[in-house]
Amino acid sequence: MNASAPPPVIELRGLRKAYNLGTPVETEVLHGIDLSLAEGEFAALIGPSGSGKSTLLNLIGLLEQPTRGQLLMGGRDTAQLPEAELTALRGRSIGFVFQFHHLLPAFSALENVMMPAIIARGVADDEAEADALALLEAVGLKAHAHKKPAALSGGQQQRVAIARALALRPRLILADEPTGNLDTHTADEIFALLRSFNQEQRCACLIVTHDPRLAARSDRVIRLVDGRLDSDTLFTPPLQEN
Amino acid sequence: MKFRLSFAWLVALRFLREGRMQTLLILAGTTGGVAVIVFLTQLITQLQAQIVDRVLGSQAHVILRPPEESNRRAVDEDGYATLIEPRAQRLRSIDQWETVMRLAAATPGVTAVSPMATGPGFAVRGQANRAIALMGVDAERYRQIVRMEEYMQSGRFAVAGTHAVIGVELARDLGLRLGDKLRVAVANGRDELLQVGGIFDIGNKDLNRRWVFVTLPLAQSLLDLPGGVSNLDLTVADIFEARAIADTLRGATGLSVDNWMQTNAQLLAALRNQTVSNNLIRSFVTLIVALGIASVLVVSVVQKQKEIGILRAMGASRGMILRVFLIQGAVVGAVGSVAGSALAFTLLQVFSSIYRNADGSPLFAAELEPRFMVMAALVATSVGLLSALIPARRAARMDPVQAIRS
Repeated sequence: MNASAPPPVIELRGLRKAYNLGTPVETEVLHGIDLSLAEGEFAALIGPSGSGKSTLLNLIGLLEQPTRGQLLMGGRDTAQLPEAELTALRGRSIGFVFQFHHLLPAFSALENVMMPAIIARGVADDEAEADALALLEAVGLKAHAHKKPAALSGGQQQRVAIARALALRPRLILADEPTGNLDTHTADEIFALLRSFNQEQRCACLIVTHDPRLAARSDRVIRLVDGRLDSDTLFTPPLQEN
Repeated sequence: MKFRLSFAWLVALRFLREGRMQTLLILAGTTGGVAVIVFLTQLITQLQAQIVDRVLGSQAHVILRPPEESNRRAVDEDGYATLIEPRAQRLRSIDQWETVMRLAAATPGVTAVSPMATGPGFAVRGQANRAIALMGVDAERYRQIVRMEEYMQSGRFAVAGTHAVIGVELARDLGLRLGDKLRVAVANGRDELLQVGGIFDIGNKDLNRRWVFVTLPLAQSLLDLPGGVSNLDLTVADIFEARAIADTLRGATGLSVDNWMQTNAQLLAALRNQTVSNNLIRSFVTLIVALGIASVLVVSVVQKQKEIGILRAMGASRGMILRVFLIQGAVVGAVGSVAGSALAFTLLQVFSSIYRNADGSPLFAAELEPRFMVMAALVATSVGLLSALIPARRAARMDPVQAIRS
């Protein structure tokens, strides 16, 4: 790796994940994944159902622990970290966008976007509120800031979820079928939004998707089949520093 | 600058607000529980205090009397038969009672001492006569033992010369009014003509019929106790210290010492039993409230699974999630205790206007002591906190992936 290349945000070495360890029904879902994601990279993760996409995303998202192999975040081996530090690291450096937005129904759009900052700092502050408002403005929802998620449309909810994922300027965005339950038009909007934040903020994005049209608009397509990397195609070189 | 809640408080209060019906139900349960406990505690405390007060209204806390006289065994070691008859107890004076009185007055916890010469006699007027207890007292001192001035129906509680203070029943039996004369005779044949200087109603017919107060010297001469007293009455600061003080004085003087706790052992046992059953009720109500809070929170944790998972994914630690649910329990307890105290106060108002004494006065005062409210708040909040412990731990241990997927 030459010195001018952006450093990897995340690096997976021989990552394996098995469930029901030590029982007769033990099943390995991921059979040794080697993968690295560079800063500013926009990658689509595709593959048939049951290929282990979600598991891989959960592992990268530090929501689950690999059975074997190494997972390095910003050069740090995460296997050594205690649960509390993993949680803090997850909060600070990873933003999640789920298929079903997963906003907190009891909180307004603004509060949902502020939540990562509230969690990280223990209490809301003016800065978090200003940041959240700016993000809502960026996703075109400033006027809806004080509405509860239930009062928003599916596309609007997903835009709030994207704003929330970006709240702490994470280095990595993980999206699990973010356009899965949206119509084509809205899906395009959401995708464009992710793409623009990726380019503005230089955060790496890993998007699980079933939609070949969207995958085709990514920089890189990683295809997973039966828990193994089947192909890893670079369409356009990642953006270089100016 | 805006006031901002910390993460755990913000989420806890929002969860409570969101779960409207559940929150209302569990608050109602907690409020009811607290109200029952506060109401019962206040009521029973008041009634017990009143009963004790009423009982002690007509008797001394501690009474010193001369030791009982008994026959000595007059049979030598080899004797094979002995006959012991109980000895008749004559009226005697306490030896050096003035010294004993000073000693008693100096005993810590004793607030008043009153010497008395008392013995049996007859009150005679015309053809009518009644058995009485002649009570020779120093009115000033005796007032500190029994608050006679509160019981006076007419006249004053003051004895001087041949003035006597009698009870309302005796006055009726003998047809006496203030200023009338009556003759008092005792067994040894002496008698004295007295003038009624006051009539009291102590709330006990028997005592109203029997007690006749005269001056100490008059009683001493009638009862043949020149310069002597038959007993010393004591008032103590803490009524439940009476037994201990009595024991101290018995050891110090060698006299026969009675205390109210001993003479009213049945009453005390009844009060104790009442306290025990009250505690039992309180424990069960507390337990039921705790189970109610816990079960509602357990359901809430299951309902909020997804939210918990999302919060965990966003970096909320286990401790933060734990606190979210502990706070919910504590808030339910705290709010319930305030509402419960208010309800208890209302209940006391209602019941004090319904339940009345024979004389029409309220059976108990419709007031709530602040200490019971503070106690209720502390207990309810800790119970809420404790009952939230199991649900909160369950929430904190939840696997974020499973929780989000659910």
